[in-house]
Amino acid sequence: MAKLALSQTHTTRSAVTLSHKQPRRLLLVLASLPLLLFLLVPLVALALRISVADMLAHLSTPQVAQAVTLSITTTLMTTFITVVSGTPLAYLLARHRFRGRTVLDTLLDLPMVLPPSVAGIALLIAFGRQGMIGSYLNDLGWSIPFTQAAVVLAQMFVAAPYFVKAAVSGFAGVERDLEQSAALDGAGPLQIFRAITLPLAWPALLSGAVMTWARAVGEFGATIIFAGNFPGRTQTMPLAIYIGFELDLQIALTLSIILLATSFGVLFVVKRLLHQRV
Amino acid sequence: MPRFRCLILLALLALLSACGSTPAAPAPTTLNVFAAASLTEAFTEIGKSFEATHPGTTVAFNFAGSQQLAQQIAQGAPADVFASANTSQMNALITSGHVISGTQETFARNRLVVITPKENPGKIGSLNDLAKSGIKLVLADKSVPVGGYSLTFLDKASKQPEYTSEYSPTVLKNVVSYEENVKAVLSKVTLGEADAGIVYTSDISRAAADKVNNIDIPDELNVIASYPIAPVKNSKNAATAQQFVTYVLSSDGQDVLEKYGFLPVAR
Repeated sequence: MAKLALSQTHTTRSAVTLSHKQPRRLLLVLASLPLLLFLLVPLVALALRISVADMLAHLSTPQVAQAVTLSITTTLMTTFITVVSGTPLAYLLARHRFRGRTVLDTLLDLPMVLPPSVAGIALLIAFGRQGMIGSYLNDLGWSIPFTQAAVVLAQMFVAAPYFVKAAVSGFAGVERDLEQSAALDGAGPLQIFRAITLPLAWPALLSGAVMTWARAVGEFGATIIFAGNFPGRTQTMPLAIYIGFELDLQIALTLSIILLATSFGVLFVVKRLLHQRV
Repeated sequence: MPRFRCLILLALLALLSACGSTPAAPAPTTLNVFAAASLTEAFTEIGKSFEATHPGTTVAFNFAGSQQLAQQIAQGAPADVFASANTSQMNALITSGHVISGTQETFARNRLVVITPKENPGKIGSLNDLAKSGIKLVLADKSVPVGGYSLTFLDKASKQPEYTSEYSPTVLKNVVSYEENVKAVLSKVTLGEADAGIVYTSDISRAAADKVNNIDIPDELNVIASYPIAPVKNSKNAATAQQFVTYVLSSDGQDVLEKYGFLPVAR
């Protein structure tokens, strides 16, 4: 990257007056470099710190295997529940103007700006054994903290808004006229949704779902506070990385690389998929 | 990571306070003290009185699990003093050359205690009750000193005829979470989310005392934790760092530690 910029410097210096476009683009590249490098350097450093052999050796340790399995199952569950329960909410927000809609919309932003530790404490106070709702659940024999359900709830709380936000703009982008003319032709609301709205809005829904999944994969603060840290039950990859950092750096590095590689893979594939459609 | 954010905040605070000092005062120094989470209350007070007796010096604390602090120092975090909740983390830094061997001194001791929420939902009244099926027990992770000590206590008890060898495995089945530091164990118990936890006696001496019941662990089963303190080798404030260590070991420092439930070292 740096080499490329350097060689461009030379060519443009020798041909200063040739084109207006090239120096402008060069300036743009130069101005982009600092942030780009800053974002890339730590990731590269992380990847270079551990050898492939070391990584493979740590892959099979129960701590790593358990954390990976738990992260996969809980984040898929989080994404699934979010899509199912978030789609109607997003449709409501996109299609209907009602009093308090902006307030509701802003409230949905909150979990995204809230420090995850605050989210964890809030969840504990609401759904904990002594919590506002949790105490009733406890009377029924359900105790949420320290369970896999708590992991999913923690992830959903911080990650669901990403899907809802994307879905709202997806639905809002579907022309109302299309839906209305289908209605005139006698199609039922569910039929319209399935045949018109969904096919047109799905790229937004998909990228929203992936954002939610990605955020859920990285969830740490709310999870450790609300769900605790128990290997195989609530110790997801970010928790295992945190504990591993203190016990065995190699385990932490192995998990970090897995996390980075899968996230990159998923995000990249989805991006390609969406580009092909549009 | 939250701790690094905390460090940045401390650094900013230090900058601010540096701006506020008068030109007549001696060159302002900020002493970065990395101390075990269990020392939070005691060291905060010691820090204040140290600042009062050493004008121009600001003590900035980074409280976290000892193992995490040791890692941070090993990775080059700007620490001047390291106070650990166990000797193994101190020894790790001595081995890696971040602390000079012989400069470390034991400044306090601590012991384990079992705590339950005041309402005692698990109806736990004795150490044997920790093995009751279905209770929710929270321990510190084994990477944290107190977590390691908790396991040692269970091991010791299992060797006693009155507890039998089944004690430790049965109790460990009740563990619902291995928390990343001792204060998190305390919070989960005071909030009533866990039926019991194992912490240091120093953790329940103050604010938490009226929110928990404690069950004493007899000496022969207990683990007495030794807290070593040392100046960090590459400290830019070596003289002040040594002064702080001396202050912690002085009778003033020891009084504060005792007030917060630590066993002072034999003087």
